[in-house]
Amino acid sequence: MSVVALKPYDFPMKDVRENFPAPLLYIGWEEHLMFCAPFCLPLPPDTPFGALATAVLPGIFGYHPDFARIDWDQVEWKKNGQPWKPDSAKSLADNGLTHKDAIRFRTPGLTGIKGSFS
Amino acid sequence: MDTRVTKKKLGLKERYAAMTRGLGWETTYQPMDKVFPYDKYEGIKIHDWDKWEDPFRLTMDAYWKYQGEKEKKLYAVIEAFAQNNGQLGVTDARYINALKLFIQGVTPLEYYAHRGFAHVGRQFTGEGARVAAQMQSVDELRHYQTETHAISHYNKYFNGMHQSSHWFDRVWYLSVPKSFFEDAITGGPFEFLVAVSFSFEYVLTNLLFVPFMSGAAHNGDMSTVTFGFSAQSDESRHMTLGIECIKFLLEQDPANVPIVQKWIDKWFWRGYRLLTLVAMMQDYMLPKRVMSWKEAWEMYAEDNGGALFKDLARYGIREPAGWKQACEGKDHISHQAWNTFYNYNAAAPFHTWVPSEEEMQWLSEKYPDSFDKYYRPRLEYFREQQQAGNRFYNKTLPMLCTTCQIPMLFTEEGDPSQICYRDSDYLGNKYHFCSDHCKGIFDDEPEKYIQSWLPVHQIYQGNCFKPGTDPTAEGFDPLMAVLDYYEMNVGRDNFDFEGSEDQKNFAAWRGEALKGEAK
Repeated sequence: MSVVALKPYDFPMKDVRENFPAPLLYIGWEEHLMFCAPFCLPLPPDTPFGALATAVLPGIFGYHPDFARIDWDQVEWKKNGQPWKPDSAKSLADNGLTHKDAIRFRTPGLTGIKGSFS
Repeated sequence: MDTRVTKKKLGLKERYAAMTRGLGWETTYQPMDKVFPYDKYEGIKIHDWDKWEDPFRLTMDAYWKYQGEKEKKLYAVIEAFAQNNGQLGVTDARYINALKLFIQGVTPLEYYAHRGFAHVGRQFTGEGARVAAQMQSVDELRHYQTETHAISHYNKYFNGMHQSSHWFDRVWYLSVPKSFFEDAITGGPFEFLVAVSFSFEYVLTNLLFVPFMSGAAHNGDMSTVTFGFSAQSDESRHMTLGIECIKFLLEQDPANVPIVQKWIDKWFWRGYRLLTLVAMMQDYMLPKRVMSWKEAWEMYAEDNGGALFKDLARYGIREPAGWKQACEGKDHISHQAWNTFYNYNAAAPFHTWVPSEEEMQWLSEKYPDSFDKYYRPRLEYFREQQQAGNRFYNKTLPMLCTTCQIPMLFTEEGDPSQICYRDSDYLGNKYHFCSDHCKGIFDDEPEKYIQSWLPVHQIYQGNCFKPGTDPTAEGFDPLMAVLDYYEMNVGRDNFDFEGSEDQKNFAAWRGEALKGEAK
């Protein structure tokens, strides 16, 4: 136990998978900080990864004028900070995504409003 | 007639000794450690509690006298302000949003500080420290009350203040100040002192109180200035106590130094993250600006704080671990925070707006290295869109830092184009952080932060709806259900300042036409 306390210090984790209707996935769009922070979404693990680009992301990033210009074949992904190549035909789970993983994508050539990374 | 014998009055020093020492006693039928279990377990070694000196040598009788006088003056000003409809004399109704931020996010902290000091005032075995802590506890309770009384006048006229206590325990962004203080008061008593008396009061409160109160003065809000001054004299005493308490801990035993250093590292960073709210208030919410956050940071943190840590070097204390990153952030955090509230203004009970061209000019001058390059283009874009009837409201919940609970809005040191992501694994679970220092705080005591009540996660767990809400019902709108749980008045407390009831009422009361309306 690293907490210095008078008595044993043992409390449950608040954010374990079982407490949510679906695993959480964090998603950020690099160099587009008009969206102030990455998003947090509960997503069923059998969602096909490809459905992110077509069904999930338009609703959350679509306001940005760059969004319609994204070439999804050029997009570079990272998972928990490491370069990563997801398979869009496979599900989130089959791509190895588990509860509270953070993924982010970079869209080469698109750097936000007037190149300001906004 | 007998000659009158005048009793010799006690000097200040004797008086202080008489009023603070000898008030405790050694227990006989219960062991001392059982009656006072708290002042040893953190590992802090105190050899001589009598070395604890209150630098003001303040005693209870003098305390009541001074505070009573201050209260009379304060309430006279508040009353005069109310009778003269002082709320109409402020520069602009946008200014009121700084007061909303204060009553929502700062005033409840005074109450937590009151509780914390009442606790340590009971638990320390040294009488001098107990008396000092008790008086500070009363101060903090008084601040909570006077701030509430002063701002209640505005509550009669403006939105966004009517449920501040209810909001403090529920609204997403208020989990940031709340978690700061709950972390502090659930630490041991010495950690609480380092967190609040030293790191917060001594190192950081100048950055909180001075801009807020000078902002109030510049914007014609004399009621707030008066409670600010009334509280500020206590704050100066608290700050001096803060430095004395840290020196006392360091002088008592060399073994205390590494423990205190660890707490300084932690609490400087937690306090700095909390003050992000103040940064945006200063740069964006004051119609008449006093000084930029960057200037305030340079003056109060870099100059004053830098000198302080040089002074403490003789005890073996170095500047806090996150010092360099905090200094680097001075060019960015106010803009990044304002953008966050602009994004999530549907769920925050105050108004936001895009600064006017003149205000952006001021920001360009104050932030020559960052504003035009990174922040102006997005604000101009927001303005265009807003004017075209397409005002941006972000409705998808953000990822939060597990430690400071702020959305992951901060960028990498040296690269404002990249959000800073850090993570840790703990017992097979992943945790995310906005910075190396928030990660470090978690890694040091993961047992504490795995319990974090993160608003976004709580919403997804279904814990932020009123009892009886059915999330499976047709047409269920989770955002509206959450705002209902917050007890926000949707359309009055939230959304853009342009078109708000506050804006319209203020103009009507002053007999002014809104911009663009025919006179």
